[in-house]
Amino acid sequence: METQTAGPATAAKVRRATTESPLVRWALIATGMLFIALVLVLPLISVFMEALSGGFATFFQAVGNADTWQAVRLTLLVAAIAVPLNVVFGLAAAWAVAKFDFRGKSLLVTLIDLPFSVSPVISGLIYVLLYGANGWFGPALKELDIKIIFNVTGLVLATVFVTFPFVARELIPLMQEQGRDEEEAAISLGASGWRTFWYVTLPNVAWGLLYGVLLCNARAMGEFGAVSVVSGHIRGLTNTMPLHVEILYNEYDFVGAFAVASLLAGLAIVTLVAKSLLEWRYGDRLAGGRKH
Amino acid sequence: MTALATSLSGGFKRPSVLPGFGLTLGFAVAYLSIIVLLPLSALVLRPATLGISGFLGVLMDSRVLAALRLSFGAAFIAAVVNAFFGLIVAWVLVRYDFPFKRIVDALVDLPFALPTAVAGISLATIYAPNGWVGSLFKPLGIEIAFTPLGVLVALIFIGLPFVVRSLQPVLQDLDKEVEEAAVSLGASRWQTFRLVILPAILPALLTGFALAFARAVGEYGSVIFIAGNMPLVSEIAPLLIVIKLEQFDYAGAAAIGVIMLAASFLILLLINLVQRWSRRHEEH
Repeated sequence: METQTAGPATAAKVRRATTESPLVRWALIATGMLFIALVLVLPLISVFMEALSGGFATFFQAVGNADTWQAVRLTLLVAAIAVPLNVVFGLAAAWAVAKFDFRGKSLLVTLIDLPFSVSPVISGLIYVLLYGANGWFGPALKELDIKIIFNVTGLVLATVFVTFPFVARELIPLMQEQGRDEEEAAISLGASGWRTFWYVTLPNVAWGLLYGVLLCNARAMGEFGAVSVVSGHIRGLTNTMPLHVEILYNEYDFVGAFAVASLLAGLAIVTLVAKSLLEWRYGDRLAGGRKH
Repeated sequence: MTALATSLSGGFKRPSVLPGFGLTLGFAVAYLSIIVLLPLSALVLRPATLGISGFLGVLMDSRVLAALRLSFGAAFIAAVVNAFFGLIVAWVLVRYDFPFKRIVDALVDLPFALPTAVAGISLATIYAPNGWVGSLFKPLGIEIAFTPLGVLVALIFIGLPFVVRSLQPVLQDLDKEVEEAAVSLGASRWQTFRLVILPAILPALLTGFALAFARAVGEYGSVIFIAGNMPLVSEIAPLLIVIKLEQFDYAGAAAIGVIMLAASFLILLLINLVQRWSRRHEEH
């Protein structure tokens, strides 16, 4: 812009004056990258190095272990229940909040974000207080012979809680940005509510929904603190992958622990790559803050 | 029809031609109540069974006090470290070009994506006395893993993205012309940063700091492997909740939980105030 009002020489001077000298610039880049390397890159690399420290044969032996497969299956099962539940909730909440004006709306949006500010351990604790042996509903559940804590149901509840806001907080701002005109047009042209949702709203929010599901799923499969509290660590029954990592590590089976951990780290890398691709290619179709 | 709807809802909702309000709001509120509100109310009400003296008795226990002090203290220091280095990282990512910038940018979110238990065992291995980084510090007589310093390392790991992601959009939207004006009025680059840029990004920096702090206070998975978990020394408050639960001391666990929950709500409130204040600041 300055090139239009002033000569190229002045422009260069201003540009130089609004950035740092090369020395400062490279010092800042070096400091930032060294910090990233120490805090983020090194731990990630070390997971794979430790997992393969005994060679590939030991790695595959650890991964192929029956307990490990139980843990993988349970992790997939919990995520397969928790994520769709939160998707349905996210769509319903976003439809109500973005397409209508009603009293108490901002309170509802605040409450949806609540689980993000709760410690993982507390996220598990609250379900023990409700459904545990000494919990509010504990005695009643015992009489009915229903087990929630130390059972898969408890794992699902705790996982639903910690991943509760992901889809909704992605969809609400996105649908608010998109407004109501298209839906109102579809309805006034005679489309039913479901038809409008399937053919107008859903295609508009598809990428945002995928983005929310991606983050929700990563957290659902990786959650440790909350599920640790409700699980009881019963091998082969309530042991998800992150919990299995802990058990192996505490048994000094470091190669085994890091082998399972490397599977989870692989999931994290896939999530980050997919998330970045979504931001780069479809940034304009995600909620405002995600544009890159 | 719409008049009937308005009179039925008593002005609770503005009339609309779109359907599904009752269904979606009803489902959302019911789901929210079952998953979030009911369980959280159990947490708030449970310590009431202890009475005030019993509640204070749990919190005044020296082991509980030490754990709370460690959790809040280490979280605060970690947030300060992250505010400083996070600002540098956000700054170079927004302002400069360098190799692998996009990869580094994507990598900043790693602590959000990497399961905390994985981060925990990995950090414990690296920062142990015989680990990649720990062995560098050992000759200096500094042990990181299995001491409170280890807690700090884990909390720095999980807090970094909050600061960077809070700052990036604000740095991006910063008006270059204001900086040009400062330069043409004779300000040095450092003066421009201190007097022009820093005040503009301060609300975002504070928000990132508070988010990192709030997350770190409650962090569990990445900490317990590297902390060593010595009572009174390197035992964090969330771990003490787990220990009390294992002893079936539900009320005691809930008492610690309530204190931590109250603290994180206070932080959330502060963030809202900072953001409201900065928004009003911008309008003028």
